[in-house]
Amino acid sequence: MIGTILQTSFRSLRRDRGAFVMSFILPIGFFTIFGFVFGSMRGSSTPRVTVLVVDEDNSDASKSLVRGLLREPSLDAMTHPRVTKENPAPADYTAATAEAAVRSGDAPAALIIPAGFGAHPIAFGPNSEAGSTQAKFRILHDSSDPVAAQVVAGMLEKTVMISMPATMAAVGSQYFDREIGGLTPKQRQQMDQGLAALRKRQDQQDAQPSAATGGSATASPAADSGGMVAVDIQDVVGEKKKSPMISYYAAGVGVMFLLFTASAAGGSLLDESESGALDRVLSARVTMTTLLLGKLTYSALLAFAQLTLMFLWAALVFHLDFFTHIPGFLVMTAITSFAVASFGMLLASVTRTRAQLGAFSTLIILTMSALGGSMFPKFLMSDAMLKVGYFTFNSWAISGYQKIFWRDEPISSLGPEIAVLVGSGVVLFVLARWFARKWEYV
Amino acid sequence: MSGDPTNPVPLRVDAVAKRFGAVTAVDDVSFEIAAGACFGLLGPNGAGKSTLIRSIVGRVRLDSGSISIFGHPVGSSAARADLGWVPQELAVYPLLTCRENLQAFGRYQGLHGNALDDAIAWCLEWAALADRAGSPVRTLSGGMKRRLNMAAGLIHRPRLVLLDEPTVGVDPQSRNRIFEMVEALRSDGTTIIYTTHYMEEAERLCDWIAIIDHGQIIAQGTKEALVAQSFGSRSSVTMHVGATRVDLAAWAAARGGTAQDSVVFCSVEKPAEIAGLLEAASGDGLDVLDVTLQRPNLESVFLHLTGKELRA
Repeated sequence: MIGTILQTSFRSLRRDRGAFVMSFILPIGFFTIFGFVFGSMRGSSTPRVTVLVVDEDNSDASKSLVRGLLREPSLDAMTHPRVTKENPAPADYTAATAEAAVRSGDAPAALIIPAGFGAHPIAFGPNSEAGSTQAKFRILHDSSDPVAAQVVAGMLEKTVMISMPATMAAVGSQYFDREIGGLTPKQRQQMDQGLAALRKRQDQQDAQPSAATGGSATASPAADSGGMVAVDIQDVVGEKKKSPMISYYAAGVGVMFLLFTASAAGGSLLDESESGALDRVLSARVTMTTLLLGKLTYSALLAFAQLTLMFLWAALVFHLDFFTHIPGFLVMTAITSFAVASFGMLLASVTRTRAQLGAFSTLIILTMSALGGSMFPKFLMSDAMLKVGYFTFNSWAISGYQKIFWRDEPISSLGPEIAVLVGSGVVLFVLARWFARKWEYV
Repeated sequence: MSGDPTNPVPLRVDAVAKRFGAVTAVDDVSFEIAAGACFGLLGPNGAGKSTLIRSIVGRVRLDSGSISIFGHPVGSSAARADLGWVPQELAVYPLLTCRENLQAFGRYQGLHGNALDDAIAWCLEWAALADRAGSPVRTLSGGMKRRLNMAAGLIHRPRLVLLDEPTVGVDPQSRNRIFEMVEALRSDGTTIIYTTHYMEEAERLCDWIAIIDHGQIIAQGTKEALVAQSFGSRSSVTMHVGATRVDLAAWAAARGGTAQDSVVFCSVEKPAEIAGLLEAASGDGLDVLDVTLQRPNLESVFLHLTGKELRA
């Protein structure tokens, strides 16, 4: 009896060839995509933290540090904005422009090398004499990326150690000289010769080309942590926000489920085609374009309601500052809902059965969600992944909601998001209409 | 019948052809339906009936020919307004109530306000569903669903109604109720196209019958005319015989009939001729078990014209 049930089930699956193929293609395809995406995060593809470097000291020591930071492979350090056709010779960042760039989301952190750094570049221990007069580095960061500031601070410490051997030795000899009561003239001469050799080697190292394209900076783990450099980490974005990632995940998770909902809503076309209701409706005074527009509107309104509920819940439970951002929320929710609704229409119109729709939409939606930041924080993604993410609704929606809720940017800043989401929504709907011709006539 | 442009015929099908690859589903079909008539369209499975029906409702892109409804090309707004289609499938929204379904299909037909309310009230009354107006479709019996399916196709009170096997899967009581609904439409002057596989339904309801097979109309006329065309005034004789070594097919053919297994099909002009048939059978050693004399009916005509072989 069980054998018959198995046989019947497998035969039914086999007869729906689309669903049959997708049953096996889906997991393999999803695994392959994730394998390529996340498997490539080793080695050179390791996510690099972008940091803007401002040298306010302009001493030999600070310049040497900047060059060291530029060579640091785990940092994408920049002393000035990237060269573009419009701006072929951009000016170096200042503390103010770097802070503005962090606020606008161009980079998660900026490192300010303070004036006076060259005079007391490093100190050993928090209570050392040198440490007490040491100028503090400042790391200005966007706390929605909780990793960046810590990475920059750590890399700053490392770079100081690696890129400034002569400075390290000089300061060390000063400590030695002070603690043991002075060096003999001969010892001092030998010490000076050694330091000269170190400086020569350091100069040769500095002369090597940088791996990074711009300037660079790094910081020690935290201010007064006992490291060799003193660092003051400052939140410049969301310093008054209670939950940095709430708006991120409200958008990320919300859009992912919106995509599933839109796919299911689009699937009603398949149900109605199966039942004959679609034929009956189209034989009345309803055109296919009107019908699709009606379904699109329904799907978009449903998505709008879902996102609204999601953000209201975030406000209620996670104290998201929802009610002071309503205009921006409305704009982002409207365009996001439209885009995902069009996407659902297209999915339904290119598939022939519910089973095909389920498999196909699951593959695409989970992939988009993974690449677009719904399942995996964008700040942990490599540059390559972030670029791929631009092809997903999730990424653009998250970006827009972050602008509104995290950076408190005006609606006018949503231009790219509006253009991409509305544009892609229109294109997808036109494609859905084209594929829907199969329901119009035989 | 069709020449008066001020009084166009409800339906004119003119040299319509539709092919699917190498298969010709509808092959140069032409016919007209007179106003107020109930036109029975009969045919075995795979004969091209469904393609022709879908052509009439504007869901098929014709390879050649044309179809007009009250003088308007099929698919035009005017034609859509004049045509009501009741598909074979239960093409209603299962989660909506009867009233909500009628509202939806009424609006799809362009009805609003009082006109829509009046149409819904008429439909519920006509389909005997007034007391179940608020019931979701999924809670209705099969007969009720069928009646709602019909009502949804007539919500806009079209002048031409296409009923595609409206009694499939319903009990005798519901079927009788559907007959009454169709007869009520006829009495209002509505022109009807009725398809069915139940010949007694066509005999009861239709005053003009067309039989389609292999994509072509192979016969049409009144029931009496079709019987006369196929059988003249003769009656059919069905004779069951016991096991025999006689070649039944040859024996039947010699008497103008056919044989299948142990059954002989013949015809006689007068009932008294049966005696001679029995005498001949006895003389040839056939053991006659049972004899039936039947006046030919529409089913006889249908089987006579389309054959007894199973179709797709």
